[in-house]
Amino acid sequence: MTYLIRQASVLGGERADVLISDGKIAEIGTIPAAEGATVIDAAGMVLLPGLVDPHTHLREPGREDAETVETGSKAAAKGGYTAVHAMANSTPVADTAGVVEQVYELGRKAGWVDVRPVGAVTVGLGGAQLSEIGAMADSRAKVRMFSDDGICVSDPLLMRRALEYVKAFDGVIAQHAQEPRLTEGAQMNEGEVSAVLGMAGWPAVAEESIIARDVLLAEHVGARLHVCHVSTAGSVEIIRWAKARGIQVTAEVTPHHLLLTDELVKTFDPVFKVNPPLRREEDVLALRAGVADGTIDVIGTDHAPHPSEAKDCEWGAAAMGMTGLETALSIVQHTLVETGLLSWADVARITSQTPAKIGSLSDQGRPIAVGEPANLTLVDPAARWIVDPYAMATKGRNSPFAGMELPGAVHATFYHGHATVLDGALASPRVAND
Amino acid sequence: MKHLLSTADLSRAEAIAILDIAEEMRETGTREVKKLPALRGRTVVNLFFEDSTRTRISFEAAAKRLSADVINFSAKGSSVSKGESLKDTAQTLLAIGADAVVIRHPDSGAPARLAATDWIGLPIVNAGDGTHEHPTQALLDAFTLRRQLALREGVSPAGRGLDGLKVAIVGDVLHSRVARSNLWLLNTLGASVTMVAPPTLLPVGASAWPCTISYNLDEVIASGVDAVMMLRVQGERMRDAFFPNPREYSRYWGLDDTRLKALEANGDETLILHPGPMNRGLEISSAAADSPRSMVLEQVTNGVAVRMASLYMLLSGDLI
Repeated sequence: MTYLIRQASVLGGERADVLISDGKIAEIGTIPAAEGATVIDAAGMVLLPGLVDPHTHLREPGREDAETVETGSKAAAKGGYTAVHAMANSTPVADTAGVVEQVYELGRKAGWVDVRPVGAVTVGLGGAQLSEIGAMADSRAKVRMFSDDGICVSDPLLMRRALEYVKAFDGVIAQHAQEPRLTEGAQMNEGEVSAVLGMAGWPAVAEESIIARDVLLAEHVGARLHVCHVSTAGSVEIIRWAKARGIQVTAEVTPHHLLLTDELVKTFDPVFKVNPPLRREEDVLALRAGVADGTIDVIGTDHAPHPSEAKDCEWGAAAMGMTGLETALSIVQHTLVETGLLSWADVARITSQTPAKIGSLSDQGRPIAVGEPANLTLVDPAARWIVDPYAMATKGRNSPFAGMELPGAVHATFYHGHATVLDGALASPRVAND
Repeated sequence: MKHLLSTADLSRAEAIAILDIAEEMRETGTREVKKLPALRGRTVVNLFFEDSTRTRISFEAAAKRLSADVINFSAKGSSVSKGESLKDTAQTLLAIGADAVVIRHPDSGAPARLAATDWIGLPIVNAGDGTHEHPTQALLDAFTLRRQLALREGVSPAGRGLDGLKVAIVGDVLHSRVARSNLWLLNTLGASVTMVAPPTLLPVGASAWPCTISYNLDEVIASGVDAVMMLRVQGERMRDAFFPNPREYSRYWGLDDTRLKALEANGDETLILHPGPMNRGLEISSAAADSPRSMVLEQVTNGVAVRMASLYMLLSGDLI
């Protein structure tokens, strides 16, 4: 298929016509006409490189009632993504070449986005023994990111070894920073709200102490560390310090931590139950400032769909996690662009270019230039929409933004030149050639 | 009043109205025939997901004295142990024909969740949720204090608050729903509160509470208080390093015989309250528990009256 995108603002800058053909960007400039091309009027819209999520839970294999690779990758396409990293906490755990290749294959067959499996750091996420990291790296899934996400690699020696080991193929350890003893039974952020609600607290120090330890370990062994879902002001300060010291650390923040606070827990509605928990207003503002000054590198959705019964219950019995793929770009626009903290070029950096670099994805997050793979997202920043979880492509109905009016809508997504989303609706998957 | 979930939700007028009705209910408890026909034909379900003989029988007595039918549902031996959700359990009770639900639950916020969802749409009374709130306990504590002070002054308690009263709440504040409910209600009624506890048993964030915080029970007693509320302390908390051992806890934060003497030496008429069940010898000595200042049994009696008032107000229409 050939597409001619007319008068899009490229990375929020100058307007241009962009011709997509044979999976690549064929021409940029003023293009009077193109034979056989589907024309998309993109006046007022912003053209971005396709979004890359460093942190998604697709639930397959094992919890297909919550999400499948197909439904999750459809949700991703709808949210403007052309690649997602699928976290390893499936059943069975993605700790062998066999499982990561299965997930990779499911993604390829689904054809909505690149599905890049994340390998588990330890066997069964057990925190005791390194999984076959080399075999996963060598597999067809070419895993480069490893994480026990959901569980912290809390053993300092094991974390050190993992950081060292993945240097062999320029891999990265994505750490879920949560000191386990300090968070036993934790239900929400520990602070003034938890004191009133009488809920077991998840203190900021449980995150910050692990990040402090890990950046020092990364420095000591000269390895790459990625910090998942940074949620506290103190974490931002530690990472800022580490970067100033030249430590190879990258950091991620979720859309929900950029907007929501622990005040919402007062509703006792488990849709707001998430790990790490929603924090204070001060933390939200520090996270935004951290993105603005480059301390925080990327947006990771931590998209975590759950079946309704896991949330239609009392707080203590509810599962942790919220969906995020179909709202992420709108939340970024709302919290970072409309506040004047970021330009659209910055948005491209934190949602696409840098996540692709962290995950070593060679054909994602590329410049919008002739000859580059056409992984592109066209967003209409003037659109306003009300979040309806029942209108989403994900199976999960657990969006904390339900009922909110948000700015910005994904108008089209191009995945290797194939339109997975057109006119804001899912179009068709790309059929793999090989 | 649609539900009774938290004392933080109660205005001063609402709280005083409950206490005033409870006074009337208490009078009926002294009659030969204790029963009132107010809730005849109505069904109250005691939905208890946590062991609590005392609170459950208090609610049961309250409902029965109002002539309501009572269904006791305890999580043990019920379908809950087979994995039934709170939603399904609650909807089953609705289908059986319940008119109000008294719920105790180990999770903070479970009663509020039941009230906020469209699961059943019945009046909910929080009979203790996790470490969040226990509003009827705070109401009966306030009732007891108000009644004692009025007796002392020879006036009627009706219509009064607890203005100017100094109350110390002592012990495991962190894990205490009683402490939280009392904090809000005592403030609403005009009393001033001091929380006394080891720092490990105070929540991070308590500094924002409308109370004074002290780590020294002797200083608080010496400063003069109108009432001390002793909280139950679980001896096994030492396993999570909240304190070194029960003896040390008792030495620093227990109302022992030495501190009882200090209260007496003060010349104050300080009242001693405890929500029960007491750990004699740990947070309170036997001498303190059995002293004339002790309101422990009075609290139990008043608990029935306060719960009668609560059920009556929730089930018999719009008194407020």
